Amino acid sequence: MAGSLQGPSGPGRLDAEERPVVQVVPVKGLWIVGALVVLLVVAIVEDWRWALGFFHVAGGGLWTGIDLFVGLVIGPILGRLSIPARAEFSARFMPKMMIIMPTVVLMTLAAGFQLAVNLGNLEPGSVNHDWLVASFFVVGIMAVIALGLLEPANIAVLLEMRKPAPDGAVIARLMQRFVYTAGILGLLQVATLVIMTRVATQ
Amino acid sequence: MSGSSVAPPTVGVLDRRFPPVIALVSGSLALAIGGGIFMAATFPDRPPLALPVALLAVSGVLLTVAGVFTARLHDFAGSTFRTVFGWTLLAYVVQAGMIGFAFVHNHARGRPLVVLCLLLVLFAVDVPFLVAFTAARYALPPSATS
Repeated sequence: MAGSLQGPSGPGRLDAEERPVVQVVPVKGLWIVGALVVLLVVAIVEDWRWALGFFHVAGGGLWTGIDLFVGLVIGPILGRLSIPARAEFSARFMPKMMIIMPTVVLMTLAAGFQLAVNLGNLEPGSVNHDWLVASFFVVGIMAVIALGLLEPANIAVLLEMRKPAPDGAVIARLMQRFVYTAGILGLLQVATLVIMTRVATQ
Repeated sequence: MSGSSVAPPTVGVLDRRFPPVIALVSGSLALAIGGGIFMAATFPDRPPLALPVALLAVSGVLLTVAGVFTARLHDFAGSTFRTVFGWTLLAYVVQAGMIGFAFVHNHARGRPLVVLCLLLVLFAVDVPFLVAFTAARYALPPSATS
């Protein structure tokens, strides 16, 4: 590449005193994730109907609720904050999202798949089959957006904030991506709500 | 500016241009997930494998091309890429393993299971690749830090 690379400087730069200490993944929370994964595996192996229902309903409710709230409430507010305020919010908010969201998604999908198999909803003749396939497509689109755009942006923001002199302009651009993708995910979750309430009542 | 030397033009982190690695890996991820959706939609019946195998092949090609582009990048924050890739891979191996376990537990066997596992491998590599490339793309490269 021609030319030298410009480091963070100017109005986008965040002063050291403006920045909280950033931890990309809150290590103290990993034991909770581990315990939930173990319980999930046991619930699937033993076909515990109540536990599978709990993981699917509780996980799905949290996933949908968090996506809607972040995408349609937090996101637009975040987009109007100053860069230092966004950075400070992100430093405290995103590490928690890094641990909560993959866990609730894993709980919801794994338990949901097992429930669908046990209840016969995946059988081609089931009245719910087409609705479940539709939900797979919605989840697939959400996964590509969340894993391809939103999560990389989250991690890049956190890594940027760990630098001795983080660049506010980089954080602002990545946060912009976060705000838009969170909004789209929130809207897609409405489709999930429609499909799942339909499946549960047929 | 006076003197004989001319300072090279500065390029901001945001202004750097990269090959379409993010688009390629996102495409690879979308195809791998599409293949997984097809396999899940036809489960527990034995699915026709032509479509998932085709999606698997194209997804693998896209990921490989992205890998080649990344390996050829000059002045790229490779150490950031490798560190983030390694740790994220660890997390997504657990995720992919959990999905694979759900299918094995429900008696997925033979070639469909092999295709599904390969799709999961692509999924488990695509996501860390995207995360690591995004992180490295905004990191200062060696020339700026030395």
